[in-house]
This record gives sequence, C-alpha cells and structure tokens, in this order.
Amino acid sequence: MATLLQIHEPGQTPMPHAKRALAVGIDLGTTNSLVAVSENNKPMVLEDVNGRALLPSAVLYQAGQIVVGDQARAALKDHPERVVVSVKRLMGRGAEDVMRVANQLAYELDSAQAGMVRIKAGGRVLTPVEVSGHILQELRARAERVTGREVRQAVITVPAHFDDGARNATKDAAKLAGLQVLRLVNEPTAAALAYGLDKGAEGVFVVYDLGGGTFDVSVLRLQMGVFQVLATGGHAQLGGDDFDRAVAEYFLADRARILGPEKLSSGDTKRALAVARQAREHLTTHETGSWPLDINHRLSWQSLDQDTLNQLIASKVDQTIGICRGVLADANLEPEELNGVVLVGGATRTPLVQKQVAAYFGKPPLADIDPDQVVALGAALQAEALTQGSDALLLDVTPLSLGIETMGGLTEKIIPRNTPIPAAIAQEFTTYQDGQTAMMIHVAQGERELIAENRSLARFVLQGIPPLTAGAARIRVLFAVDADGLLTVSAEETTTGVRQEVAVKPSYGLSDEELAAMLRASIEHARDDMEERTLREARVDGERLLHAIEAALRIDADLLEAGERQSIAGGVERLRAAIAGRDRGAILDGVEALNAVTEPFAARRMDRGIRAALQGVAVSALAERLAERPEGADGGHSTQK
Amino acid sequence: MTAATPCWSCGGTTDGLFCAQCNALQPPKPGNLFARFGVPAAFDVDGAELERRYFELQRKLHPDKFASRGAKEREYSLQHTANLNEAHKVLRSPLLRAEHLLRVKGHAMPDGEHTVADPEILMHALEMREALAEASTRAEIEAVAAGARTEAAGIVQELSAAFAANDLAVAERLALRLRYLEKFSGEARERRVRASA
Repeated sequence: MATLLQIHEPGQTPMPHAKRALAVGIDLGTTNSLVAVSENNKPMVLEDVNGRALLPSAVLYQAGQIVVGDQARAALKDHPERVVVSVKRLMGRGAEDVMRVANQLAYELDSAQAGMVRIKAGGRVLTPVEVSGHILQELRARAERVTGREVRQAVITVPAHFDDGARNATKDAAKLAGLQVLRLVNEPTAAALAYGLDKGAEGVFVVYDLGGGTFDVSVLRLQMGVFQVLATGGHAQLGGDDFDRAVAEYFLADRARILGPEKLSSGDTKRALAVARQAREHLTTHETGSWPLDINHRLSWQSLDQDTLNQLIASKVDQTIGICRGVLADANLEPEELNGVVLVGGATRTPLVQKQVAAYFGKPPLADIDPDQVVALGAALQAEALTQGSDALLLDVTPLSLGIETMGGLTEKIIPRNTPIPAAIAQEFTTYQDGQTAMMIHVAQGERELIAENRSLARFVLQGIPPLTAGAARIRVLFAVDADGLLTVSAEETTTGVRQEVAVKPSYGLSDEELAAMLRASIEHARDDMEERTLREARVDGERLLHAIEAALRIDADLLEAGERQSIAGGVERLRAAIAGRDRGAILDGVEALNAVTEPFAARRMDRGIRAALQGVAVSALAERLAERPEGADGGHSTQK
Repeated sequence: MTAATPCWSCGGTTDGLFCAQCNALQPPKPGNLFARFGVPAAFDVDGAELERRYFELQRKLHPDKFASRGAKEREYSLQHTANLNEAHKVLRSPLLRAEHLLRVKGHAMPDGEHTVADPEILMHALEMREALAEASTRAEIEAVAAGARTEAAGIVQELSAAFAANDLAVAERLALRLRYLEKFSGEARERRVRASA
C-alpha cells in the first residue's frame, strides 16, 4: 500500500541531494493560495500532483475529514454548508463587525460567542485562524512532497492594507500549520520584488493588486537592489468577490423576474456566487456566455455579456482608481512620473480593470509575470534572502495610521500611515486626577477622526503609577511597529523609572491559551486524520483480498481439501472481524495470515489455469488471458509490497 | 566621544555598530539624529549624501539581515532601524530638521498645540486659508498650493542664513512660519485629491 502514497520513484525526487530544511514563500489568498521556493534567485511555484499551481482557498469539512482545494470548491455545489471559502476576509475580525460581510459572502456564523468570529461548517465551529491554518498545512505538505525536504519556515504575504489584527491572525494560522513566519511581506511589495529581481525593473512603479477580497496599491522606488515603498493604500474589503456578488445579485434578480421570488439559504447564496464567479472568469476571454443556476431544484439559465458585466462592476473599479489617486498624492507624484504599472491578482484579468488602469496611469500596465503567481514568487525570493542572505533591501511602510483615544472619543495619530518600518514613537502621558494610579490606553488603527470609526486594536491599563498630584506623573509609552507591521507597546513611568508591564489584549485576537489549545487540537486532529486514513487503506486492502478469495472459491473450490477449506474459512472470518474493528494492526495481520493459508491454493489455481490455457490455445492468446486473469489472490499479494 | 563600550557578546572592541571580533550587532547609543546619520549638526545637508547614507546603514542594520540571528541582535536591529527611519524623516524635512537643530542647540521650540501666536503669522495663515476655501477647481487649488510652496522655499533659504549666523531667535520664528505653511500645504493636497475625485 505504500506504493499508493509514494509519488516519486526512489532516486527520482526533483531535488535528491538536498535534505536540509527549506523556507518557502506562501501567497495565502482569498480565492487561491500558492507556495513557491527559490534557489539562487530563481523562484518557482510548486504544483500539485495534477500540475496545478493554484490551490483554491476552499476547505471542506466532512465526517472527520478536512479537504482543501479543488475538491472542496467542487463540493460547494452539492454541500455548500460543509465548505468554507474566502476565509481571508474574516481574518482578525470581530463577530459584530463581520456580520455585514458575512451576509454578503454567505458564511454561517456562530453568533453565540463573543470576540473572534466563528464559522460553522460541516458540524464544526471554526475560527478563521483554524481554517487558514488548514490551507497553510496543505501548502506545506505540497512543498514537502515536491521538494522531498522538510518545511518549517515561511514568508507569508498579506495585503498591504491588512491591519494589526489580521496580521496577527495570519501568524497564528501559520503556527497552527507548524510554520515559523520569517516575515510577513505585503503583497504588492512581494510582487515588486519579483519584478525587480526577476525582470531587473528600475524606477518608480505602481503595483495595482486586486485580489479576491482585498485591494492594494503601492508606489515603490526600485533602484540598485533597494525596494523602497513610498506610499501604500487600499481597501481591506474590495476585490473580485465584490464583482461576483454584483453578478450573483444580477442573476438572482433575473431569476426572480422569471420564477418569482424565492427564499435563499446561505448555501443557495454560495451556489449563486460560485456560478457568478464562473461567469466572470469566462468573460475575461469571451464576450458573452450563459450558465445554469440550480436552486431549490429549479433550474434557470443565466446569461451575461461584457457590457452588462462592466456596468455591474463599474462603481467598484472606479473606487480602486480613486484609491490610486490618493496614494499618488501621498507619494507626491503625478501619474506621468511613473515608470510603469504592474498588475497583480486574478481580478486584474477583468478587461474593464485593465482599461481603467491604463486610462488613469496613461500607460499600458505590465503583466509579464503571471498575476496569479507573482506574489508567491516574490515571497519565495524573500524567504531565500532571509535564510541565505541577499544584496536586496526591502523597505516597507505602515499602511494605516496608528492612534490612541483622547478626550471626547477622538483619535490622536501617533504613527501616521506611510511611515517607514520599523518605527518607534514614544509618547508621554500624564494623569488628570490627583492620586490617580492607573490609566487606560486605547489603541486603534485607521484614518478617521473619531476613534469609534477606526479599528480598535487593543486596550490596556497602565498600573502602578505613583499617586501624585494631577499632571505630575510622567508615563512614557513606546509604540513600536516591527518589520512585519506588527505593533508592540511598552511603557515607563519616567519620574520614578518604574517599568510598566503592558498586557495588550487584542480586541479581536486569540489569547495565548486559545491558540495553545488549538495547536494541541490540531496535532491530535492531524494524528486522527492520519490514523483514519491508514485504517481506511488497510480496510480496503483487506476487503479486496476477501473478494478475491470468494471469487476463487466459487470457481475452484474443488482444488482444496476439507482441512484447507476450513482454515481458509477461519482466516476469512478473522479478517472480516478485524475489518469491522478499528485496529489497523489486526487487519494487516489478518491479511498476512490469509495470504499465507491461501498460497498453496493460489499456486494450484495458477497451474490449472496454465494447463487449461495450453490446451489448443495460441501463445498470443495465452498471454492475453494471463494478463486479464481475474483479480485473484495476487491482488492481495501486491498490496504487501 | 567616549571610548566605545566592549561588545555585549564577546567583550571585544566595536566600531559603534558591530564588534570587530565576533561581528555581533551592538545596541544603539543615545545621541542626536545628525550623529546617528554620521553627518555634521548643521541646517544645510546634502540630500543625495543623506539618501546614500540612509541606504548604506539600512543595508547593514535592517531586520531582514538578522532574520536568522539571535533574539538580542534582532531586537537591536529593530531599535537601530526604527531610529534610522526617524532620523531620516527628520533630516530630510527642512521643518523637522530646523526644529531638531534648535533643540540640539538648546533652544527648544514650543509644541504645535501651545504656540504663542505671532499675530503677523496668524494673519497670513488666515488669508491663505480663505484663499483655499474660495478655490474650488483643481487648478485654483493648485495655484494656491504653488504660492505656499514658493513661500516655503524662500523661508528655507532664510533659515539656512539664520543658522549660519547662529541667530536662533530668528530661526525659531522662521521655523514657526514654515510649520504653518506645511500644515497648510497638507490641507491643500487633501483638498486637491478630493476635488479631482
């Protein structure tokens, strides 16, 4: 049975010499994910056994099994309630702020729990971190299988616009998948790295990255191996998914006109979105098309042409151009000052997107590198640079302003957006009441004036402030953003020099305990999953042998003596009992024992077969007959290899 | 300059950044931003030289170069580059550079919020703000912004002269005017983005 699992013949693994651990680059996308490796600055995307590079970011949960990828996406049609898609849009988000998105994207949420949002699928209740962890695990397994090396470290890309909560959630997901994150790299920056290192691009470039669920635009200066991000902007909830939603709404409205109104479950919505996706992808290369939509056993054919699609998505595309304008203003640049525009993300294949981007920037966009792969390739280059060293230098910025709440619920910006990272800013606070010994600090991320309109990151309490008159104590709080774009906070009371322990409780994150529990569960699950699989394989082998023996007994029972017949019957009985149980060892023993007792029988059958065959049969026909021998006892033998 | 402290890792001699023996990254030392960049503490700086030094130091100190080193060096790298980015931001901007240089010379400027208003500066700021409020098209806004830019460029020249003469009171007043102008330019830029949207 080992032969069923072994992908490469011995000695033919693609990289046979290398056994050391490998660091990979991962593009963990809303719609699709990829894994790539780089050696000697030559990155390549790793494919699955069917030669596919894109792993659909869909996870199917059914009967103790977790299936990631194409099979999971295909299951959307028949079992939408067991499949989770577009989970990236929920990363680092709280239960309440996600309800709006949830309705649009057809997740079934567990509203009973506060804090981090939880998704229901296939009878499980899952956090987005776990679902992403399962996708990462699949990519890691792919990388290990293709390279034959251990993979424990990765550079993972995130939308430049991902906030602190979403970045932390991504790191936690990697932890669950057994991966150490060497660096979180912003997706447009990774794409620029691929262009700069692979294509030798120099000058000022804009990367327009429209993915499944997120939109990023970054302006970078590329010169002599330095990749300097000048400004970045985007939208954390704007992408190809929104195009799909517009198309799905159009389809459903069209259906309602013909078939009358119908009540839709979240599964129905998922189904409509899947058909919309198909339609949109078709229209990247065709003018028109039509697709069947089967909901509640009522079939309708939905058609869509290029012009209608353009009308449906025009406002979303305009929104991305508006964001581009803002980012260029932040970088203090005019469109004509740019050397090029790079397209990244599957949704940039949309003809209207290409047209509008070309019109705004005044030049045809570049897509020399596959827009689906370019981010993963850049991540792989960075993984190599971080582990093997590199002359390239990547200087990124904070995508969103970091601020704290001040009197009246206003935001005071501490680290403005587009500040180069790492960044550290110290801010001094004082008490406003006599004898005050504690102070609450609320940190949020975003550009709005009112704190409530920004994304809350954390609240923490500074304690142990010496009880002085109001305004006398001086508390110095240091806000630091590291190279992953993650915030840490530390504080010190400067008049006494007492260092404060700041426990930052993320507003929508997982606590260390929760993460540890998930990690344990995932390890146990992985073991369960593996055990379940080997058990199933053993059962299949056992059953195959039983069938073969039954068939042989029906034809050639006369070759056996009574005693032999009895011991075979006993062996069959024991194997059958073992198969009914859950002890894989017992099944394997049963198979082996039965093979042993049936060996003389098999030999005698072979003799008879040959004798019969030789009676007046041409040699060629004999060979044919031997080749089509019934799946006899030797079926069991071959599994013993 | 005091004698360099020995390397935290092996006790060897250091060049201030790295240990000459074991090549370990050393913790950042206090000092003004000019010193961190290795340029003289003066208002006039060579922009190209500043950029060259910035990239050179980033190449040596950036956390990406320490991804596979120990926790202590990774932490020092973070501190060094956070300082470097801060120093780069300040030294590149005439306003921030002037303010920092005044502080280095022991002539601290009042904070933005508590500025003792100079009536002349205030009057001028009000006039400009009115002009911006009246401008509605992109071109009109751009014209107002261009006026502010020209004025700022003139102030930067005057600042250079004031610092050269070590006239810190004049420098402070110029820096205040520049602060208003920069704030105004930022608002004009935002208006322009919205106007064209």
